[in-house]
Order: sequence, then structure tokens, then C-alpha cells
Amino acid sequence: MHWACILFPHFAVDGVQRQRPPSARPLAMLTGPAHRRVVHAVNDAAAARGLKARLSVQAAQALTSDCDWVEFDASAMERDRQLLAAWAYGFSSQVSLAFDDALVLEIGQSIALFGPWPDFERRLRLELDDLGFRHRIVAAPNAWAARTLANVHDGLGVDAPQLSGAIGRLPVAAAGFAPDVTEAFTRMGLRRLNQVMAAPREGIARRFPPHVLDWVDALCGRVVPLRMYRPPSTFQRRMEFDHEIELTSGLLFPLRRLVGDLATFVRARDGGVQRFQVVFEHDRFESTVLDVGMLAPERDALRLLDVACHRLDRLTLKAPVRAVSIVADDLPPFVPPSGDLFEEHPQGALSFDQLRERLRARLGDTEVHGMATDFDHRPERAWRRQRERNEPLAALADARPAWMLEKPILFRARHRVLFGPERVESGWWDGDDVRRDYYIVETDAGQVAWVYAASGERGPFMLHGFFA
Amino acid sequence: MGAVVALDQLLAERTIWRGKAPARASSRAQPTGLAALDAALPFAGWPPASLSEVLVACDGLGELSLLWPTLARLTAEGRPVVVIGPPYLPYAPAWHLAGVALDKVTVVHADATRAMWAAEQCLRSSACGAVLCWPKNPTDQALRRLQVASETGHALGFVFRPERAADNPSPAALRLHVQAHPRRVRVLKCRGANPPPHSIPMPAFALA
Repeated sequence: MHWACILFPHFAVDGVQRQRPPSARPLAMLTGPAHRRVVHAVNDAAAARGLKARLSVQAAQALTSDCDWVEFDASAMERDRQLLAAWAYGFSSQVSLAFDDALVLEIGQSIALFGPWPDFERRLRLELDDLGFRHRIVAAPNAWAARTLANVHDGLGVDAPQLSGAIGRLPVAAAGFAPDVTEAFTRMGLRRLNQVMAAPREGIARRFPPHVLDWVDALCGRVVPLRMYRPPSTFQRRMEFDHEIELTSGLLFPLRRLVGDLATFVRARDGGVQRFQVVFEHDRFESTVLDVGMLAPERDALRLLDVACHRLDRLTLKAPVRAVSIVADDLPPFVPPSGDLFEEHPQGALSFDQLRERLRARLGDTEVHGMATDFDHRPERAWRRQRERNEPLAALADARPAWMLEKPILFRARHRVLFGPERVESGWWDGDDVRRDYYIVETDAGQVAWVYAASGERGPFMLHGFFA
Repeated sequence: MGAVVALDQLLAERTIWRGKAPARASSRAQPTGLAALDAALPFAGWPPASLSEVLVACDGLGELSLLWPTLARLTAEGRPVVVIGPPYLPYAPAWHLAGVALDKVTVVHADATRAMWAAEQCLRSSACGAVLCWPKNPTDQALRRLQVASETGHALGFVFRPERAADNPSPAALRLHVQAHPRRVRVLKCRGANPPPHSIPMPAFALA
């Protein structure tokens, strides 16, 4: 077992349904030109009402009227394929999308990392269920055998010795040949693949196009190069709704799906995301863009969603939303936080950076800041708010109040002077000239206040701070 | 009664009230920096992993200087301190002069409900050493949430409230009343022991 094939039997429908809240309504996808619309794929509920692929739309509508009709979108399907490839890339460096509705990945070397195949397979299935795609998984010594066996089997693992037997038992109809080839084999009386393989090669080479023999050879293990998937360096995903969403709560489900996809994507490339944009598209207005930024790269879906939701809480949308997309250009490497093995952490513990992230997301970037001293004699300029931490500068040696009023107010309380005046005279060079005499006073209530008057005068006093 | 709890541990954690002068405290003590106050409190300092209330008649009575030694010690240990919804700007030079490592201090401005949310998040996260907040008319339930959050996150929570709140009961483990004339601090409540009968003098205002 060196290759696994994951086949998606209901790829198109799953791709649509995973974007919608779970429901039991029938759903049918339509395709074809306007004059000859046919059903492309249906979900289980629709199949139960008799709908099936290639049915004309008139016939389908005659069978049931209570059904969601969705236009089949090939580009959406391609995006889903890319997503799944990106996901699989997290398990194996060799992933290929060479087959239409399936992806194959090399597992021989991954097993060393992810454990024996049954455990590995269980994990793949679990994550695929989370992603919302129904699937069949088969492992075999080569990619072609895995792909072909997946046509009829699910959960099969074949080793090299049993390979020819397992392939030989396959009916020709399930071997993945073109319909006319299958029919020709059947008419020749060859119903199983072992009969085909036993037939003289020259005969088959003469009667059939060359790719038929190539396919059979590849099944038996002849090495054929596969085009491998290379993960892109940016992430972009869009989700369109068939109705307008007016409430923010209604955006939660699509957002969760998109953020989940983003997390899957960055995790697979062993990176993180530091900044991404959520774009809400409206019908008649320009799109609303929500910037989500974090202090450090993150890749945990729940955390990303947490931050995005807090930002969303503060966002006012000017119109109902038609589509949501997520764009992430900046995908830096992810450095996992280093923790002490013996450190005791209560449940739900966050690192301080994560905590600050959460506060900033909910309250706004400017509302959460640090503090630092600055070199300036003027009290208003002797401190700075800074958002990021850095080294504090040396402070002034004089007594300064613990609290400062942002705007000084007139000081009227009865008081006695404890200390003063302290002359502050500075700033003549930058136009913000300050000439004040500062006093430390005690009010009758016992407050110790920092007040000032124009230089040389004993009043009126302005209150500038408290010594608390 | 699934878990077996050692008796001395229960006694040490002050979850049992014994009504007499407490034995001296454990390694988890959080000294206030005011020796007389430490001596009067059952934990030899702030109740660890709990909410403490500081009641003041007005701002500027030395309520912050009561905390500064603690904040200086915590920040020097590298533990972050969050100041949520302060009534004025915390003035960096003074805090620096008091020995607080400014790079560990984060200031958060928020309206009343968000301030409570932020305080709870900070306390619960177990990432903070101490959280200072100035809630406006907090409900008993809101304070109880903060108390539970401090226990969960092993953080020191400080709530500053006006003097008139002294008459109402509070879930805080320690309640201090800062009085102006003369500058003294009175213990209104301390979990696990009787509040000391006398108020404790605070250092008078002095120039640094």
C-alpha cells in the first residue's frame, strides 16, 4: 500500500450542500444551455423523489416542485478540488488531481508519521466528514489501482501480493474504460479484468486505442508519472447565497465554513495566517471589507473564527449581503507557542498575546494600548500610548501624578499647597509652548491633586492630575 | 464526595472559617507591600486567585499606591497587568517611578458592559498577573462572575468602587475601605477570618 485514492461520489452536490446550513430539502443541480436544461446531480432527498442526473428540467419539475434548483458551477467545483488537494497536502507531499472526481496521495511515507493505515484512514475520514464531503477510500500499491478499485470498493487496503487478484476480480464495466471500450470488451466475452489481462496483448493493441493497454499496464504497476499538486501561496474563497442575508447571525454559518477552509489550507502547508480580509458583497452598494489582523500567525480554526466574529460584531453592514469571500495574501510561517511541559494551566487558558488579540478584536485596536514614558518635560508629552511593547525610556525624576486628566479642568476645590511651584517651561521650538507653575495641593476631601497656574501667577488653578 | 481533600489543605486555602487568628500563610502569599496590612490579613497579603475590592470616597486618596508594590512585584516577575476602564489616564512616568515595569502593563478603554466583559476575559485567561477595573454600578452577579473568573485564572482581580457600595454585600474575598482623614485603610471583609478591628495607617503622601 503506497497510494491512497479518495473518491468523491457526490462531489458536486456535497460542494453545494456544505455551504448551506444542514437541511433535508431536496436539491438538484442544473446544467446545459437554456433550451435544453438537464439535471446534473441531485442530493439524497431529491433522489428519493425520483430525480436523477440527465433528466430534463421539465421532467424534473413535473416530479417535484418543492426542490432547491441550483446552477451547476464548474469553477466552484474546481475550487473545491483545489481545497481538497490543499487539505491532502497536509498528509503527503505527493498529491495528485490527475483523476477527475478523486484525488490520490502517496501514503507509503506518510504512514511513518500518521500511524498504521487503519488509524490514518480513520483520521482522513474524520476530517473529510468535517469538511462535508462524502467519500470512498482505497489504498493500493499504485495510484491507478487505487483509483480503479475505488470504483467498487470502500475501505479496502490492498498489498502488492494481492493486487493482481483484487484487480482481476473487477468487472470490466467498473474499470474506468470509455463506454465504447467497455462495450467492445463485453461483446468479446471479457467481463472481468483478469480475462482482459489474460488476453493476448497484440490483439488488444490492434483492436483498441493505445491508452487502453497503457491503463491496464498502469494498473498492474508500470510506473507512469503523475502530475503533482503544488499548493498556491495565497488563499481566496467565495461563497454566494441565493437570497440576501440581512442579519449578522445569518453570516455566522458561511463564515465558519470559510474560516474553517482557510485553517485547513494554512495547516496543510504548515503555515499560519496573520492577516485576512472578509469581503461582504452587496447588490447595489460597494462591498464591505472587514480586515482581520492578528499579532502573531494563527492557524486554529476556532481562534480565527473567534477573532473574525468579534470583529464582525462591531461591523455595521450597509446593505444585505449577497456573497462572502475570504482573501488571505499574507501567509507567514507558523511558529507554535512553546510551553513548559510541567507548567500548570487551567482549562481554557490563553496566552497573553491571544488574550490581547481577543480584546483588540472586540473593543478596537486603539482601545487597547500599552504605556511608556517619553523624553519631554511637558507633562502631556512625557508619556506615549503604544500598541506594541517595547523598552520604557527613563522617566523624569520629579513627582508626577498617577492619574492624569486628558484635558485639564478648572480647579475650584478648597485646598492647601503641599509643594510648589515647579516651573515647566518648554516647547517654544515646536509651537506648543508650555509655561506653567505646577503645585501639589491637598483638597479638604483628602485628595492630593496636581494643579497648575500660568507661570508667575497663583491662580486660577487648572487640575491636571491626582496622586492616587 | 469523589475527591479526597486533605484537611490541612482545606485550612490553608481558607475555605473553612475558623473564627480565630489565622496561621501564617503559604508560599502563594501575595504581600501587599504594606507590612501592617499584611499582618492583619489572613493570607498575609491579597487573597490569591481572588477578587479584592477597594472602596474610595473620591479619586486621589492613595488607592493606587496601595497596589503599586504588588504591581511592581508582578511585572518584575514578567506577569502582565491589565488596567481596564480607568477613570483618568494612567500617567506613565509616575507608574514607572513606582517601579512598575511599563512594558507589562496594558490599558483597555471600554464602556461599562464591555469593560466587565474584558475584565472577565483577562481574569479567566490565566495569562494575567493582576487585573484592575473600575466598573460602573456593577451588579452582584457581575462581581460574582469576576470572582469566579479570578479563581479560574489564578489572577488577582482588583475592583475599585465608590465608598457608598460599602453597605451592600459583595462576593469579593477582600474588601478594603480607603479613608481620607487621616489616611487609613479599613478591612471590611476578608474571607476566612474576622476583619481586624482597627484600621491600618497608610503612608502619608510624600514626594518621591
